Amino acid sequence: MAVTSMIGARIQRREDPRLVTGHGTYIDDITRPHMVHMAVVRSPYAHAAIRSIDVSRARSAPGVVAALTAADFRTVLSGAVPVTNSFVADKKQVPDQFFIAEGEVAYQGEPVAVVVAGDRYAAADAAQLVHVDYEPLPAVMDLEKAMAPGAALVKRDRPDNIGWDTVFAGGDIDAAFAEAEVTVKERITQQRLFPVPMEGRGCIAEFDEYDNHLTIWTSTQVPHFIRLFVGGGMGLAESQVRVISHDVGGGFGSKLRPYPEEYLACGASKLLSRPVKWIEERSENLVATTHGRGQIFDVEVAAKRDGTLLGLRFTQILDIGAYHGVFSAFQAVACLIAGGCYGWKAVNGRSIGVFTNRTSTDPYRGAGRPEGTHLCERAVDLMARELGMDPVEIRRKNFVHDFPHPNNFGLVYDSGDYDKTLNRALEIADYQGLRRRQQEMRAQGRYLGIGLCTYVEICGLGPSGPTAAAAGVALVESSTVRVHPTGSVTVNVGTHAHGQGHDTTFAQIVADGLGVPYESVDIRHGDTADTPFGYGTYGSRSLAVGGISILKSCQKVVEKARRLAAHVFEAAEEDIVHERGSYHVKGSPDNAKTIGELAFAAHGAGLPEGMEHGLEAVTYFDPPNFVWPFGAHICVVEVDQHTGAVEVQRYIAVDDCGNVINPMIVDGQIHGGIAQGLSQALFEEVRYDDESGQLLTGTFLDYLVPTIAEMPHFETDRTVTPSPTNELGVKGIGEAGTIAASAAVINAVVDALSPFGVRHVEMPARPDRILELIHNGGGDGHNPGAGREVTA
Amino acid sequence: MIPAPFDYVTAATVDEAVGHLQRFGDDAKLIAGGQSLVPLMRLRLAQPSALVDISRMRGADAITREDGHLSVGAGVHHADIERSPAVRDALPLLAAVAHEVGDNQVRNLGTMGGVIAHGDAAGDYCALALMLDAEIVTSKRRHAASGFFKDVFTTALEPDEVVTAVRFPVATGAHAYQKFRRRLFDWAIAGVMVQRTEAGWRVGYVNLGPTAVRGAGVEQALAQGAAPAEAARRATQGLEPRDDVRATAAYKRHLATVLTQRALESAA
Repeated sequence: MAVTSMIGARIQRREDPRLVTGHGTYIDDITRPHMVHMAVVRSPYAHAAIRSIDVSRARSAPGVVAALTAADFRTVLSGAVPVTNSFVADKKQVPDQFFIAEGEVAYQGEPVAVVVAGDRYAAADAAQLVHVDYEPLPAVMDLEKAMAPGAALVKRDRPDNIGWDTVFAGGDIDAAFAEAEVTVKERITQQRLFPVPMEGRGCIAEFDEYDNHLTIWTSTQVPHFIRLFVGGGMGLAESQVRVISHDVGGGFGSKLRPYPEEYLACGASKLLSRPVKWIEERSENLVATTHGRGQIFDVEVAAKRDGTLLGLRFTQILDIGAYHGVFSAFQAVACLIAGGCYGWKAVNGRSIGVFTNRTSTDPYRGAGRPEGTHLCERAVDLMARELGMDPVEIRRKNFVHDFPHPNNFGLVYDSGDYDKTLNRALEIADYQGLRRRQQEMRAQGRYLGIGLCTYVEICGLGPSGPTAAAAGVALVESSTVRVHPTGSVTVNVGTHAHGQGHDTTFAQIVADGLGVPYESVDIRHGDTADTPFGYGTYGSRSLAVGGISILKSCQKVVEKARRLAAHVFEAAEEDIVHERGSYHVKGSPDNAKTIGELAFAAHGAGLPEGMEHGLEAVTYFDPPNFVWPFGAHICVVEVDQHTGAVEVQRYIAVDDCGNVINPMIVDGQIHGGIAQGLSQALFEEVRYDDESGQLLTGTFLDYLVPTIAEMPHFETDRTVTPSPTNELGVKGIGEAGTIAASAAVINAVVDALSPFGVRHVEMPARPDRILELIHNGGGDGHNPGAGREVTA
Repeated sequence: MIPAPFDYVTAATVDEAVGHLQRFGDDAKLIAGGQSLVPLMRLRLAQPSALVDISRMRGADAITREDGHLSVGAGVHHADIERSPAVRDALPLLAAVAHEVGDNQVRNLGTMGGVIAHGDAAGDYCALALMLDAEIVTSKRRHAASGFFKDVFTTALEPDEVVTAVRFPVATGAHAYQKFRRRLFDWAIAGVMVQRTEAGWRVGYVNLGPTAVRGAGVEQALAQGAAPAEAARRATQGLEPRDDVRATAAYKRHLATVLTQRALESAA
């Protein structure tokens, strides 16, 4: 086991042999003695009053242990699903969501009863026997109708359907528009999406009535949140609750909150004195797990005729669903970052959160930043089109060049070099060559489109000052680094990997931070019993916040070992040299002690006066700023004018996430991120019936999750602009691909269709939608008539 | 996603399968690859009282050529049809169609008989059987394909009748299958297959009506010497696509025209 430099090494993920051979430990792999299984009976209606629930047939079905409703759970659970500020502290209303419906259901999939049985099959069969007498009520589905005074209500006890209505004013927007020589307007929609983690949710709750302890195994991104909130719902303190989350098969934001089923499993375990397991079925996952996006933006851009951008004014209408998500207003961050990587005189965003009879929305990969970026990058393209400018030129002309750069809302971009990523992407793409080819193809009646997205991302949540003000929580991150007596190292962290490869990258940091062999480092996360309080993993924060916490713990350990080395060598501390985990007295490199040897000494007799035993450190890291990765993506599509089909021919991504710990993992994050953004642009779309509120895309037959066959080859490259915010110079990369991709793809599709007079294409760019635009020239009267004749 | 309870038996022969169906009655279902039935059961949209497993049934697993016909056993998997030299020699369009069914997993498990008996308008083989006047061979009789597909998921099969083979006429002329979908493994939003035979062009439509549809208008136009573009204008004749979450009926009709022309032009 050699000590080598591990930061920056392209090494394979150490968790993969276990995960890819099926030896991971997911919730459904865990069994507890005397465990019973819970099935959830859910509302088939978007909105209905519950006249009565009859569980008698279910209760007497074979194998059934219990059938429970709200009245039963009220005896063991209290409170409501938590709702955080998330950028909007002054919400108009925060209706309580108890963990199971009482008297009224407000979305299809809302829990109304549970059945607990000896096995999953008996529970599923008996769930069908629960009879609920519903009185259907009008379903509130249309966002704008829902906002109107006197609109039908999502729940009967609410004053209206407005969750919040807040203006984020960055500068004098009226003055910016007064200066304008050109303005353009557009409505840009963000369709609802299912997050679709490969592993659905699931949990096991085991309440021990003798010592009043609760253990929850759950598939989550946030074990410590779950302990805090679900334990609280059970009336327990954190010390009485242990949350264990082993391997987690993806989250994408949908597992960063406590859910009703977690509370219900805990309540059932207490009522029945048995461990209770609940495993989410895929069809449940699509209605019971939060959705992403679901927003309408009305945007207006002001510029000078020379392409100088002046003002960006928009309204975000956000579909909250029936109840606030735990972070429901987080997507309002779109308003704060909608200016992107450009200088504006003013940016002004009004965010209106509207309740509907749908499943709640909450963060989904990128969470507000894909929406803000899509808005900005579409808006800039629309303006370029209006001005007859090349989309590259308008971007170059307006890029921010001086860093640190406070944006219109006082958020400080820590570093950047937007020309560098754009130039590299243009070079890889051969942009001028592509434009020539586009002209040649148009002459043949073929429609090539080239789309750009130059983005900047806020991530690494977050510095406690602004984060606590905006989010309501501080979002610092924790670690303990412990060197055992014979030199191996255990690191316990408050973040929680669900596909990010932290076991590998964090160990790389520790190997270099301590100067120990990579193989000697063990990373532990996901068990509240042995990890310090942490906020979990989301928002591309784990490295820039959690990773720096680990580095700082390593530094504390190295310093203690230095003091110990001075004692062992009977030398002055300042004469001790530390190189790659080895200590010696200046001038005597042959007589060295490794950190492992010093760890042994640290656990033995004869320590210096006042030094405690052991070699370990704890750090809670509060970063001074967010981190600001950026990049340039270029998408090339060909649109078939006769079918409306979009073929993605090339996808080029040049990203800058500062220094890189493991290039292979960064590549993987970029690939997966692009896939999800491209998928929003072309495939995925949650659809409900406008009248009944019935979900129309309730299986993967109708909800189009693409496969590798639908993906182009990704041409990726990087530039490196280290973040000045932290010692490693790192930024986040978990969401960048998703943030950039939808705009790059749609800009390419619009570019391809520009000869038909099309200015904008909504997502997903379905073939039927595109064909309609080709026939109607975008429906805006701009159509010069070219190519309107559609023949095969 | 857990099916309702059901009985399960296996049948080693066609007679055994028929016997089981007669014993269990109307609610029993045959299962071979289960690629359509199992999802329906998991959603509890189908709750058969019993499954008769014919995946190892003898006498339905052969591909043979005789008397100008290619007989494909009901139990032959799509993947085997796709790769079969006999199919490629006798009816290369069938091999091409098999290649377009689902994904690898579906092609390894799904069967010819399953597609035909399910009678889904989106089932790729149904259009081929219909347009080529194939015969559906069962435990009771031989059905002409033209009278077999009755309505949405409804065929001429009786409850205790087991499909054993499909007999296609040999056809080695120019052919093509244009299957339009958004993901490679999806059902067709609309599909068109064309085959040149000694008696002229044959045209079939996938997912453009309650059942597979034969493109009689296009066939007639081609017989009268129409060029592909001209013939394709008659593509929508007799089609009754429906609006669904994938696309509107109007869009599917438009696709029928576009894909017909493309199929005819690309037929080789």
